[in-house]
Amino acid sequence: MADIIEIRGLEKTYDDGFQALKGVDLTIREGEILALLGPNGAGKTTLISAVCGLVTPTGGTVTVGGHDILSDYRAARSLIGLVPQEITIEPFEKVIDTVRFSRGLFGRPRDESHIERVLRALSLWEKRNNRNKELSGGMKRRILIAKALAHEPRVLFLDEPTAGVDVTLRREMWDLVRRLRDEGVTIILTTHYIEEAEQMADRIGVIDRGRLLLVEETAGLMHKLGRKELVVEIAEPLAAVPPALAAHGLTLSDDGCRLIYTFDATAERTGMTRLMADIAEAGLHVRDLSTRQSSLEEVFLRLVDEGAQAMEAAQ
Amino acid sequence: MTGLNWTSILAIYRFEMARTFRTIGQSILSPVITTVLYFVVFGGAIGGRIESVEGIAYGSFIVPGLVMLTLLQQAINNAAFGIYFPKFIGTIYELLSAPINFLEIVIGYVGAAATKALGVAAIILVTATFFVELTVLHPLAMLAFLVLTAVSFSLLGFILGIWAGNFEQLTLVPLLVVTPLVFLGGAFYSIDMLPEGWAQVTYFNPVLYLISGFRWSFFGVADVAPWVSLLAIAGFLAACMGVIWWIFRTGWRIKP
Ligand SMILES: Nc1ncnc2c1ncn2[C@@H]1O[C@H](COP(=O)(O)OP(=O)(O)O)[C@@H](O)[C@H]1O
Ligand SMILES: [Mg+2]
Repeated sequence: MADIIEIRGLEKTYDDGFQALKGVDLTIREGEILALLGPNGAGKTTLISAVCGLVTPTGGTVTVGGHDILSDYRAARSLIGLVPQEITIEPFEKVIDTVRFSRGLFGRPRDESHIERVLRALSLWEKRNNRNKELSGGMKRRILIAKALAHEPRVLFLDEPTAGVDVTLRREMWDLVRRLRDEGVTIILTTHYIEEAEQMADRIGVIDRGRLLLVEETAGLMHKLGRKELVVEIAEPLAAVPPALAAHGLTLSDDGCRLIYTFDATAERTGMTRLMADIAEAGLHVRDLSTRQSSLEEVFLRLVDEGAQAMEAAQ
Repeated sequence: MTGLNWTSILAIYRFEMARTFRTIGQSILSPVITTVLYFVVFGGAIGGRIESVEGIAYGSFIVPGLVMLTLLQQAINNAAFGIYFPKFIGTIYELLSAPINFLEIVIGYVGAAATKALGVAAIILVTATFFVELTVLHPLAMLAFLVLTAVSFSLLGFILGIWAGNFEQLTLVPLLVVTPLVFLGGAFYSIDMLPEGWAQVTYFNPVLYLISGFRWSFFGVADVAPWVSLLAIAGFLAACMGVIWWIFRTGWRIKP
């Protein structure tokens, strides 16, 4: 896959002296869905804003489709559609006029069939002659998406598209994003829902405190960083982990019926055989065994933790 | 850079004009009522005692000043509100992310604001003919003064709209700065009628040059030479463009 966006050493220090981006390097491939995952205040919106021209970077370079976003902003911005995090919309305008305006603003000639296609795809066609303020919150967000798609961008930025959106709408949003990707649109979305990144993205970039901690294929990330848990259900409840098993670092569930063993699934030796032997020796009766993959949420928390520790160590 | 992107400019212009037409009633009614009131008070009540200024019936003499007063207020308010509103509700993000330059944004917004201001000025001129005799000696010069004033004060309003941090600032500046300047700029009198010292001070009022030049295009009499007036407006326009160019270069008040 060709690269469509190149971000090199991107920095942003706001006027109050706060450094929101501390040298971000990121290459985005044409046609992929990339999720930028990070807690509130990580710098996701700042990163998107810098690429789209809403914030002036204080360092580094960005090219979109090979065009520098500062010296060749016309060509660069023509390729981009942006759906901002906040719902900001002209209240008194009609839905269809709002979308037409966006197309014109981006210098594209009128194309009513394209406008209709976009509005239909977002289930807004029936509402096209309503005023924006008459629509629900979910619909308003879809108007913003329609506006961003009006000029047929090749790259779509979605800043927290499902924040505060109910489950059904979220599913619809995900379907829409996949359909757009199938049409060849590159999609960068930010989220602080792990599940969303996991479900949607081809690759995930983890961002925290202005730094991009890593960018990985979603499946690879899960595999590489995935810890597994072995849950051993025993017949008789225990008051504490037996001393004979102390070396395994087990935790006991509250009801005393399950021993939980955490291991690295990708390691050569998982220590499971040894554990099972020790359990048998301790005279415990095993009723059931199960393993489960740790969620991205846990993976993420660990990453952020390790990142912070690495930074402290470096200082 | 291959010239201006007229599709984008037209999109902004149309959008702004549509906003104007949504509120067409109040945009036209209030200036017309105000003007009629001015005619009743100044033209009728006071004018009856003043008879004529520099050989022109007082009722006719104040028409250029009245038109200018409305034109300035309209131009400033329209342009200021036009750009303040997207900044206030946040839709400015789209302007900033669009592949357009500052000149295109300005032409779109200022063009629409000036168009509307000129429309209202025309309505007031027509209204005035119901009250007083009006002849225009230099119609082309009149048009030039109208257009230049509408554009340059729309530019000023645009700057005001970007600068304003809240609605108070947005409405107070025209009220506290512009209205006094117009009243003291000879809208309702000739500066010859002022005491010696005050006449000198008045020459520092930029609005004097507007009203004087505009009045000259009607009656052929002026407080200052018409070419000085024209030069003053052109200089003011250039200064405003300079400030706006700087605003977009630095992102002042619009881009962190
Ligand atoms: N205009 C601004 N001025 C100063 N600080 C800002 C500004 N915008 C954002 N920040 C700060 O930059 C950091 C990153 O913000 P943001 O990019 O919005 O994070 P995210 O989108 O990941 O939640 C936050 O600490 C935020 O307070
Ligand atoms: Mg954000």
